Order: sequence, then C-alpha cells, then structure tokens
Amino acid sequence: MSSQMYREQIIDLYENPLNYGDLEPADFAYEEDNPLCGDVIRIAVRLDNEGRVADVGWQGQGCAISQASASLLTEEIRGLTVDEVREFPKERLLELIGVPLSMARVKCALLSLKVLKAGAYGIPDPQELRGD
Amino acid sequence: MLDVQQIRQDFPILHREVRPGVPLVYLDSAASSQKPRQVIEAMNGYYRKQHANVHRGIHELSESATAAYEGARTRIARFINAPEPESVIYVRNATEGINLVAQSWGRANITTGDEILLTEMEHHANIVPWQMLAAEKGATIRWLPVRDDGTLNMDRLGSFLSEKTRLFAFSAMSNVLGTINPVQELVAAAHGVGALALVDAAQHVAHLPVDVQALDADFLVFSGHKMCGPTGIGVLYGRHELLEAMPPFLGGGDMIRRVTFDSFIPNELPYKFEAGTPAIAEAVGLGAAVDYLSEVGMEHVHAHERSVTGYALEALSEVQGLSLFGPPPNQRGGVATFAVPGLHPHDIAQLLDEEGVAIRAGHHCAMPLHQKMNLPASARASFYLYTTRDEVDRLVEALERAKRVFRIGV
Repeated sequence: MSSQMYREQIIDLYENPLNYGDLEPADFAYEEDNPLCGDVIRIAVRLDNEGRVADVGWQGQGCAISQASASLLTEEIRGLTVDEVREFPKERLLELIGVPLSMARVKCALLSLKVLKAGAYGIPDPQELRGD
Repeated sequence: MLDVQQIRQDFPILHREVRPGVPLVYLDSAASSQKPRQVIEAMNGYYRKQHANVHRGIHELSESATAAYEGARTRIARFINAPEPESVIYVRNATEGINLVAQSWGRANITTGDEILLTEMEHHANIVPWQMLAAEKGATIRWLPVRDDGTLNMDRLGSFLSEKTRLFAFSAMSNVLGTINPVQELVAAAHGVGALALVDAAQHVAHLPVDVQALDADFLVFSGHKMCGPTGIGVLYGRHELLEAMPPFLGGGDMIRRVTFDSFIPNELPYKFEAGTPAIAEAVGLGAAVDYLSEVGMEHVHAHERSVTGYALEALSEVQGLSLFGPPPNQRGGVATFAVPGLHPHDIAQLLDEEGVAIRAGHHCAMPLHQKMNLPASARASFYLYTTRDEVDRLVEALERAKRVFRIGV
C-alpha cells in the first residue's frame, strides 16, 4: 500500500510551512491543543480597514497532517471577511488537504480550523489570559 | 521457555490480515492484549449453556451461573495469592478499582493537611481520582520523581514520606517506560510511616507472577483485558480488615443485606462492593484467562517478554535518529517507547499501520510524565507472550520506511 496520506505536498508543507510565525499586533488570536496527540496550533489574524483578513501567522507543533493543514488554511483565508472566516466549511479544508483521512486523523486536520474560528468568534486568547 | 508459535495458535486474531496481503503485527498489548480461544470459548459457552442472574434465582441456571462467577473469583484469588476469595472485589477495570478506594476509603479517612504520595510515572487512572479527593478534602498530593533513566528516585523516597502521608499509590510497572518498580520496598517504606500502599498493577499482573501477600500490599488493582481476559472486568484486591471497615462505594442490589424505608445494612464482603448485576460472563472470561496464563506459567511469560524486549531494544537502537526511553531490559517489562525527531508519533503510527504494524502513539494516559520528559507525545511498541522476533524485525523495517517517506536520514 502506498502512503496516500503522506503525498509530497503534505511533507513539503510539514518541512517548509507557509505563514509560520507570530503576528504582533493582531486583531484576534487563539490557540488550542489536541490532547490526544499533543498537537498544538496558534493562529493570529490581522484585518485591513475593510475588515478582511490582511495577514495571518500561525505557530505550533504536531503531526504532519495538523501542521500542513494550518499552512493550507492560512493561505486560503486571506481577503475573507470575519463572517466568511466563521463560516469557512470544514469540507473545504479537507478538500485542500486532498488525501483520504481516517477518523482519528480528521481531528488533527481540523484543529487549525477550530482554532481559527474560535478566534474569529472572539473567544479570548488563552495566551493573553495566561499573561505570557 | 514457552513455544511462541504454539502460543500463537491459541490467538485467532493474530492470524488475520489487516488488509489483503498485509498480516497483522500486533504491538499494542500494553493498551489491551488479544484473547486466546480458551477465553473466547469460555464466555461463549457460558452464554450458550449457563447464563442467568447470579446470587438470587432458585433455579438450576442461576445456581450454575453463580458457581461459574464465584469459581472464577476463587481462581483469580489463587492467581495473585490472595488469602481468601472475599478480598477479591470485581470491578470494571483498574481505573474503577482506584476510584473505589479513593471514594470509599479516601473520603472516610483523608482530611485537611493529609498527604497522598504518587510518582511522576503514574497513569491518569492513578492521578485523577486522588486529585478529585485532594480537592474535596484539602489534602496535598506529592510526586516522587523519576530519574532520567526512567527509574524512580529511591534516594529521595524518605524525604517524601512523613507522618502526614496517609497513602502511597504507585504503579508496579510503568505503561510508558516499562520500568518495573521495587514494589515490596515501596510498600515497606509506606508502612514505615504508617501509610497505606495501593499498587496499580494493571501492567504488572499481566506480565509477572504476583503475590499480594509477599508484596504486603494494602490494595492492588488490575484490569482483565490487559491479561488475555475480556474488557469490562477487573479486580480490586484489598486487605480484609480494610475492606471490612470501608463504607460501600455504589449502592444498589446485591450490595445490601437488608433495606428498610429508613436505611440499609450493607452485605458482607465481597458483595458490599458489587452493586447491581455484575459482569458475569466477563468474570468467567477472566477466570479462563488466569487458567490460561497459569498453565503457560507467568515466569515463562516474563522470560519470553524479557528476551523479545531485549532483542527489540537492540534492534531499535540501531535505527538512526531514534531515541529510546526507559530503563535497561533487566529492569523493564515488554515496552519500548521511542521518538524520532522530525517524525511525529502519530505519523509513525499511521505509516506503521500501512505495513500492518499496530503500535500506540500519544501520551499513553501519562501526560505529566511526558511533560517531565519534555515530549508532547511518544510512540510505544509493547510485547506480550505471543510476540515474535520476526514481528520486531517488521517493526524496524516499517520504521525505516516511515523515515524514507519523511526523507529523514536520506
């Protein structure tokens, strides 16, 4: 059986992530971990004066699927309004990842979207709450 | 020595293919072991010929079910050398056994300022029930440190025990590092300050001969499903006088002698702690599992595992870039936990699965230990009486392939 789940693009993104890094100041930011596997992702978003995503940075660690998903998602949301980000369909992200995922790995794949939406809905940034 | 090929004949599942043309290499027995046909057939036979509710019916089937259920208890008691069957309480698993002690003995005996000593290598099952109790009672939890080599820091044990310590609860064998702890010594140290000792033997009972009287344990818990038995059944062993003095845990049928509109009188041991219709077929299955393991001989199980584990640790240490955790083979059970920089444990497990190799990836229900080791997660291969050296070779080949997929070391 070929490693369908690990096509070249996923591994390329794992090694050379897109939009990786901190964003200061940001209009909203959020982070969360997936305690099952120890994946953690933080996403920070800056909006332009029309309220569209102008810049986005993410940081994290974890498996190839979760990390590649964050690169793909952050590429995709530039120019979207906050409402569009809130409505971003998970099917679209899975389509971008483009490889068949087992049930357990769908969680890894969708962690970035969960984090992004939590930020877009204005849930307080856990890092701010911790004060670090 | 046991004949591993003959043993494998007893385990039907080991002969299946994961996918067409890909035979199963099951290296996740520390999470749950596979079942020999003797256990499967015992449960099947019970349902086909013996089942009725226990302890109440005045009819042939109920008496036969009761005899099967209680007969299993007697054999399990003998398997761990408990002084009498009444000190073997059936629970769902080791987790429930610990919760029972925490909620029954703990709530009656722990007060503000008391200390509960745990070790840094505990499974969440032996952490969270004590955190719940400590929060309720204002008690303090202390942690005996684990050294870098994966063994407990015995030099510091004395400084963690005092007259404030009411209980020392520890794992006999770490599910992450495989470390076999010096149970007798740890129990004696607890007794030395007047504390009780609870032994989490979930890994231990499956892999080594256990004698609760020689260990002098006050409480000892284990799960059936890790030792060739079914899920849904486990054991709390307790010293008779402690169990006798403890209040009931769950209330309901079977655990009472008499109920009035005003109150109840609890039943005698072990029924005081077995409310409701129990897991009868599962108890029968666990009885068959201890018969099976006794016939093979636990010393043979342990010797086989030690040999396979030694072989695996050597083979894995030759995989470039792989780091192994835990003590040397002579101090550990059948567990090899490792990490490969640049390759997340989940990705390792997924790629190994493509080759039919089943391992565990994650924190193995021991998040504090992973924090201490500064690892978000690890990969764990675990071995049992049916594991062969060929399977270890397939693990290593699959790991090399996973590294190639991730372009590590090429």
